[in-house]
Amino acid sequence: MIEIKDIEKSFGSNTVLQGISAKFEAGVTNLIIGGSGSGKTTLLKCMIGLHSPEKGTVEYDGREFTQMSFEERIEIRKEIGMLFQGSALFDSMTVEENIMFPLNMFTEQTFEEKLERVNFCLQRVNLIDKNKLFPAELSGGMKKRVGIARAIAMNPKYLFCDEPNSGLDPKTSIVIDELIKEITEEYNTTTIVVTHDMNSVMGIGDYILFLHQGKKFWEGSNQEIAHTDIEELNDFVFASRFMKAAKKNF
Amino acid sequence: MNFTNFGKYLLLLKAVFRRPEKFKIYLKAIFQQMDFIGVGSLGLIAIISTFIGAVMTLQIAFQLVSDFIPKTIIGSVTRDSSILELSPTITAIVLAGKIGSAISSEIGTMRVSEQIDALEIMGINSPGYLILPKVLAGITMVPVLVIFAMVLSIVGGFLGGTLSGAISAAEYIQGITTDFNPYTIVVALVKAFVFGFIITTVPAYEGFYVKGGALEVAQASTRAVVVACISILACDYIVTQLLL
Repeated sequence: MIEIKDIEKSFGSNTVLQGISAKFEAGVTNLIIGGSGSGKTTLLKCMIGLHSPEKGTVEYDGREFTQMSFEERIEIRKEIGMLFQGSALFDSMTVEENIMFPLNMFTEQTFEEKLERVNFCLQRVNLIDKNKLFPAELSGGMKKRVGIARAIAMNPKYLFCDEPNSGLDPKTSIVIDELIKEITEEYNTTTIVVTHDMNSVMGIGDYILFLHQGKKFWEGSNQEIAHTDIEELNDFVFASRFMKAAKKNF
Repeated sequence: MNFTNFGKYLLLLKAVFRRPEKFKIYLKAIFQQMDFIGVGSLGLIAIISTFIGAVMTLQIAFQLVSDFIPKTIIGSVTRDSSILELSPTITAIVLAGKIGSAISSEIGTMRVSEQIDALEIMGINSPGYLILPKVLAGITMVPVLVIFAMVLSIVGGFLGGTLSGAISAAEYIQGITTDFNPYTIVVALVKAFVFGFIITTVPAYEGFYVKGGALEVAQASTRAVVVACISILACDYIVTQLLL
């Protein structure tokens, strides 16, 4: 479980996050949603230590992350897997080398053991026989799947996904969403997904945190989100004609 | 580089020299970088050094037209200028352009495409992993390249001088072997070591802190070469002042 308390973050005079508190449970898919500039990616970066919040705490299963030393943070980060918006695959390495990279750095396994793990991860994301391809030779959806395979290579306790559906067609988006949900339930990971994709919200949102102008506006499940009377949330969720039409059936 | 940047540069260096996570992986990266910086630059350095030696001999011969000055002096001046100044400095400036821009754009591209963030999230000390192998390869291979440049510059002087008839082979050889002071080699190698450090760390700094996209990476690359060249010339003066 990850718990954040009273997180505040500013860039110069621009306050991006104001007093955000939430609990993200293990084994369920936690979503952080909000419009562009609402602070959701900044919140994610504060949680993983790429940004330092001015105020507030982040706890990983009771371990206070924000006050940790560099070495202590490294130990926590070995338990984190992350899927980046642009996949962030190492472009000078093959798919196999990308997934094997954390294993090379942090385990003493033999090459055969590492290769077995790589093949297992690739099989898990339905990308068998793509080991020797370079990232430049992959489609956007395949890159995301390799990103997930690399993220789960070390059996992470915590999985972060930054806009996993951006730039993907609706069908591939659903595949990625389902993969994230399956991995979360299968390995009981604490999964946090930053998204503004409404298909993801309705499809896999076990717990949803809605941010608006850097503040926490609402939290709940995908079952509850359609029935709120918060204007800002309704404006966000039912922005498209399709969702407005679909609302009648909720 | 203003004081804020210099402070950030020092903090980056502190992170670069943290204990590596796994030395075996770093060792492989060091050899790759030594191949890139050293072997990959041999051809370019060979051509430049040979021509500089040849041109220098011709210019010295042109300027020293006096019956009172023996022609062997041309060889001596070519040797000392090559060893003390031209080989280390020209090699370093050429490498700042070739290696510096490559380092800056490689690390800058990794920054804007979130690859450095990915390293950080995995728990890897990204400055150490990305920059330390380059620095170690730079401070070992630049002195090797400078020695190579010294030899070829003197050979180039021989070829240029004898082929043009400015000096005979015997006079040139007598010139380069007379009154040789081995300390000049030590000074040149100290310069090469310092330049190797600058050529790798300054562009790495520019690339590591780049923000934005392709345009900013290109700007950082240009800035890296400019700052590295100025730093090389400033350090050239300081080392020369201190050691001679």
